[in-house]
Parts: sequence; C-alpha cells; structure tokens
Amino acid sequence: MSEKVKVTIDGITVEVEPGTTILNAARQIGGDIVPPAMCYYSKLEGSGGKCRTCIVKVSKGSEKDPRPMPKLVASCRTTVMDGMEVQNITSPEVIEARSGVVEMLLINHPLDCPVCDQAGECDLQNLGYEHGLQKTRYEFERRTFERIDIGDKIQLHMNRCILCYRCVFTADQITNKRVHGILNRGDHSEISTYIQTAVDNDFSGNVIDVCPVGALTDKTFRFKNRVWFTKPVDAHRDCPTCSGKVTLWYKGENVLRVTARKDIYGEVEEFICNTCRFDKKMTADWTIEHPTAISDTSVISANHYETMIPLPVIQEDLRLQEANKVELEKTAKF
Amino acid sequence: MARKLLLEHINVPGINTLDVYRQKGGYRAVEKALKTLTPDEVVEEVKKSGLRGRGGAGFPTGMKWSFLAKPEGVARYLVCNADESEPGTFKDRYLMTHIPHALIEGMIVSSYALGAKTSYIYVRGEMMPQIRILERAIAEAKAAGFLGKNILGSGYDLELYVQPGGGAYICGEETALLESLEGKRGNPRIKPPFPAIAGLYGCPTVVNNVESIAAVVPIINDGGDEYMKIGIGRSTGTKLISASGNLVRPGVYEIELGLPVEEFIYSDEYCGGIANGKRLKATVAGGSSVPVLPANLTLKLANGEPRLMSYESLSEGGFATGTMLGSGGFIAFDEDQCIVRNTWNFSRFYHHESCGQCSPCREGTGWMEKVLHRLEHGHGKMSDIDLLVDVSKKIEGNTICPLGDAAAWPVASAIRHFRDEFEWHVKEPVKSLQGNYGIADYAVPIAKAEVKQEN
Repeated sequence: MSEKVKVTIDGITVEVEPGTTILNAARQIGGDIVPPAMCYYSKLEGSGGKCRTCIVKVSKGSEKDPRPMPKLVASCRTTVMDGMEVQNITSPEVIEARSGVVEMLLINHPLDCPVCDQAGECDLQNLGYEHGLQKTRYEFERRTFERIDIGDKIQLHMNRCILCYRCVFTADQITNKRVHGILNRGDHSEISTYIQTAVDNDFSGNVIDVCPVGALTDKTFRFKNRVWFTKPVDAHRDCPTCSGKVTLWYKGENVLRVTARKDIYGEVEEFICNTCRFDKKMTADWTIEHPTAISDTSVISANHYETMIPLPVIQEDLRLQEANKVELEKTAKF
Repeated sequence: MARKLLLEHINVPGINTLDVYRQKGGYRAVEKALKTLTPDEVVEEVKKSGLRGRGGAGFPTGMKWSFLAKPEGVARYLVCNADESEPGTFKDRYLMTHIPHALIEGMIVSSYALGAKTSYIYVRGEMMPQIRILERAIAEAKAAGFLGKNILGSGYDLELYVQPGGGAYICGEETALLESLEGKRGNPRIKPPFPAIAGLYGCPTVVNNVESIAAVVPIINDGGDEYMKIGIGRSTGTKLISASGNLVRPGVYEIELGLPVEEFIYSDEYCGGIANGKRLKATVAGGSSVPVLPANLTLKLANGEPRLMSYESLSEGGFATGTMLGSGGFIAFDEDQCIVRNTWNFSRFYHHESCGQCSPCREGTGWMEKVLHRLEHGHGKMSDIDLLVDVSKKIEGNTICPLGDAAAWPVASAIRHFRDEFEWHVKEPVKSLQGNYGIADYAVPIAKAEVKQEN
C-alpha cells in the first residue's frame, strides 16, 4: 500500500492515494469546494481538461517545492503532491476565471432552458446560475444547426453542444464500433457521425447520459415531460448484456424514461444497454428497489423528497418542534 | 561583420548538396561526436553552450535533453519541429531550403546524444519543396553512411524520416505535433506527462526546433564553451531572425544575440531602415504571438537604455513595457500602418487556427476577431475596447496550450500601447477607413543617418 499524500483544499485537509487528481481529492471532502466539471467523467479514460470549468489555483506546490503554480490548473487532470495547497472557492481569481469560462461556454449554447429537454438536469444550467452574468456581452450571430437523428433513438442537436467530448470517449471506450467524432476545428468544431451514420450499437444510448447539456437526447422521452414532474425510482432486471441497474422515471404509473443510475456528481455508476434503456418501459419488466436519492438542491427533488429543514426558530424551541412533528415527519427522507 | 554560425556558407553555390556541404566542413560534428564523444558528453557540451530553444519558448536545450527518461527496453525519439507557420516567421524554412544538411547533421548528433534510433522531421504539409529537399538530402546522407546501420563504424544506428504535417498551426505545439505524427487529430495533449516522459507512442521524446537542432553542429565542432562566448548573458550564440514588414531589406538574418534593436533595424548590414523614408511606428519582435511594442519601447527600454536583441532585454519590464524574442519573427510597421487592422489580422489567424478543444480558446478567439472586425470596419463601440481587454484576460492562462495566450497577447498589448488609435476608430470610423488613424505621434522619427552618426 503506497503512502498517502496530504492535500489541503480551501483550508480543508484530506489524505489521498498518490496519483489522485485535485478534483477527486475535493470529491473525497465533498460539499461546495468540489470544482464543477463539464467534460471530466471519472468512468471515461482520458476525459477532462477541456472545458476549463474545474480550474483551481495551486497556492503551494508541495512540501518539497512550495512554489505556487504559475497559472490556474485544470483540477481534473492535475495530480496532488504531498503538502499541496489548493484554492477553489476561496480564490477570487478562480471565481473570476470560471465565470469567464461560463461566459465562453454560453456563447454558442442558447439559454433556452424552458424548451430544453435537459432542463433540471443540466450542469451548465447550474453553472450559469452560479457564475454567469445576467446579460451576455456577446452580440454576434450564434452558430446554428439542424437537428440530426443518429439512430432511431438518439437525437443530436449541435446548437446546445459544448464540445466536452464525453460522448466521443463513450463511443470510443464502451461501444464496439466508433462512428462519431469531432469534425472541423476552432469554433467550427462539431460532434458528428461520419456521413450521419446511425449510432446503433448495444451501448450507444449511454452518450445521452454522459452529455452534460441537452445536445444528445433520448427520442423515446424527449419532450414528453419535464423532469421535475417525474418520480425517479431505482430498479433492476436480469439483463444478459449489462448490469441491469437503472433508474426508472415515472409519471403516474407510466415509465417515461429509463436511465443509468447516477452518483452525486451526475456520473453514471454503471453503463447500461440499449435494451434496458429503450425497450423496457413496463413496471413488470423491473424489480423495483426504492425511490432514487436526489440531492436536496436539485430541482428534481422539488415536491418529492426534500426534507424540510426546520427554521432556526423551530430548531431552538422544543415546543415548536413538537408542534411541527407531524409536518416534519411527512417530509422525512426515505 | 557579425559572426555567422548557421548561415556562414549560405551563398556558396551548391551548399544544399552533400559534396559542397562537406567541402565546407560539413559532417565534422557527426564524426567528432560518434567517434570521440559519449552521448552524455554531447549533452554536456550542449548544456555548457547555454543554447536556448529557438522555437519560441527559449527553454535551455541541454536541460531539456537531460530530462529525457531512459527506461530500459523502451525506445526514445527525437522529433524536429519544422511546422513553422507563425505569421512573420520563416527562418526554419530558409535554413531547410538552402542548407538542409545542417539540419540533418544536427539531427544525427542530437539523436546520438539522446539515444534515439529513429527520428522524425515533422514539416508543415504546405512546404512540399522543403520536404523534397530534405528527402533528397537524407538519401545523400544515407548513401554516404551518415544514416542507417552502424554509422561511420561507430555501432550507432539511426533512421531519419520526414513526415509532412497536417497544415495546421496548432501542430507546431509539441504535443499536438506528436498526436499528428501518430496519425491522430492534432489536438494538444494535457501536460503532464511531458514528452520527455511520455511522448511519441508513449515513449520518452524530445521535440526541438529546426534552428535549435542545427545549432548543435557548431556547438560540437567548436565546443560548448566557445559557443557560450557568443551572445550576451544567458542569451548565448547566434539567432536567425526573419525580418519582414516595412523594412528596406526584409529577409532572414543571423545575428549575435545582444545586438541593439536599433542597429538591427537601421544598419545597412541588416534591415537598412524603414522603407520609403517613413518612420517606425511599432514592431512585433518575435512572431505574431508576442506582444506588439510601440517604436519608442522597441528601441529603448523603459529606463532609456538601448533595447537589445536578446531573450532578457526584449522581455525587460514584463508585458507592460516589454515583449518576447519568441521565434525571431521580427515585423516592423511604419507610421502609415493601422494597428487596429493589424491586430484584427492576427486575431483572424488565431481564430482560424484554434483547435477548438478547450472552451476559452475555441470561443474567445472568435469573439475577439469579431469585435476587432467590427472596430476596423467602422461599426465599433467605445465599450468594445474594454471588452477586448477583458476577453483577452479570460483566455490568457486558462487554456490547454499556449495558443490561447498567443491569441490574447497581441490584442491586449495593442490596446495597452495604442488605445488612442482604437478610440479613434470608434470616434471617426470614416476617417479611419480612409487611412487617417488620428494618432498624435506614435512613430519615432529616427532617420538612418542619425543612427550612423551615433555609431
């Protein structure tokens, strides 16, 4: 067992395995100090470093060489050194740079959240809310594309693509036939299939799950409902192709959508096959486990699972707590 | 006359052939290195020489070589970066065209020092004549026993290949070059790991510029100590400068580092002054990616001392009053040139050449170009100027590779030094379009005669 290294992020120290990136060290601490990541995906080899949203300041390189790093670094691709000190939300420089990145990302990504299928599940929406400006300073024409059907189940809308490359890595690494990639360069770059070939292998649907924005969408669910009106439930089935562990998204008694299960950073835990995703939409197909754990801050938890946090005045007053007991229990987490 | 090391025999007829090159002392360095020096001794000579990378970054070459990992049983590679494509820089092409054997000789010696058995010269795809010249020269060298198996009976084997590039500026960035060389899309890799640890095909690799590799030849011939005596301070040796713009005699010059900039521009040995008797307005000293300097700061440092052609002197004062030697692409602008137009032109280039991998560069370079286009074409707003400064700051330092910085610096520096001219474009768009830039007096009225008198 290799000796652990100590890293301090925004004043909180954690010991991690050598070779851990700053981002993953921050994830071990958790909370607000975890840098956002639009392109990094822990399950995809080689991902990260491109969107630049996870940039942080290394104010002390290591115990051996305490010099700070000259530039902000991508935390998802920079490994920790023993004694390293990192600033994320405590550095105004980082916040300023990150807001610049968000502004750049929103140049060619329309703020059409009300009509986007990803609304409520979009990382860029959260990032824009936290770091964006109220008004864009970009006054030129945006690039626009026609929607492309890549296969009968997946729709690509390049208008919303932020070129995170996650879907390309997914296609490269978990499917058996790569048929899509990046064309052109600079701000003309686009995700495309070769001569619009259909993406039709067993695991192609996972590109929908890894897309952090609404560029790749599930045609079997697309615009059937808003995500916050649905009720996610963990379920499994005996699948010969994949693990069969999924989240079913219910509206009433109907399964509107099937996705892979995601962790708190929005990354799927295990990739699932297209049969589970697109063809098994009956409750009878599945063994239901329990309601999916959803973050309190997510819009999906609205009206569903949010635990009511008692107001300070209730927390301090036992009489009020007793009076509110029934109401508080109603909102208790499963 | 200044001392010439690389271009000494440039005017000798037939110097591009092996026979003439050898008559002029060519391939002595190969014989000396392979027969009398160990690889480590060659590295030591290069270290002693103080040679700094001539591609732009100026990192000490010997030190870079000493970082090369040497795991057992793993191939090592030397890759020559001949993907020269920065606006204003054309010295490597000149060297390859006229004295190809200087590069090949340098490649053999450098490969020997690094223990590379296979080396590549990655040439920009558009440079087909140079590719043919190099291929012919490699064939000559191989026939004469300087390449292939058991070179000069030393037991050292080396195969040297010329690889045409994809015709993209980004492929001049060393990791994008390696990706391209491996047959992939030329996107820069995220560092670390650096190529010295994991480069071409995941093996330890050194990537050096054409001029750096060619400079190894005189270093081995005369010794690192001799080379270090040339130049000034940490800027040792000679440097090829590709001079262009409004100069009487643009071209490629070999200078001793430490030459006063004023002498370089105005003396008859070099550029011969500003064309048509005009005054100097501004310069870009090291290729389009470095900050532009107004004439007064080109010729003098902020403290009034003469500015020299050296890494340290050109960067004196940081970007507030200095710039960089870069790749040595020296562009001079006379008093009639429009800085806004020139900045837009540079910006257009970087927008076109951004690989699009990381967000600030992909989106920011296009944004800057569009704002500059608007300013130059008479539709600009006063707020555009601060917007440009802000966007350039948001790009600088936040990208995977230096292309973002290269796009941001010319814009930021042009506004820093020529803000009046940008404002004039907003206030008087019609006049600006007609060539009246409304500047008070950016140009420095130094005539050639005055310089001569001073000298």
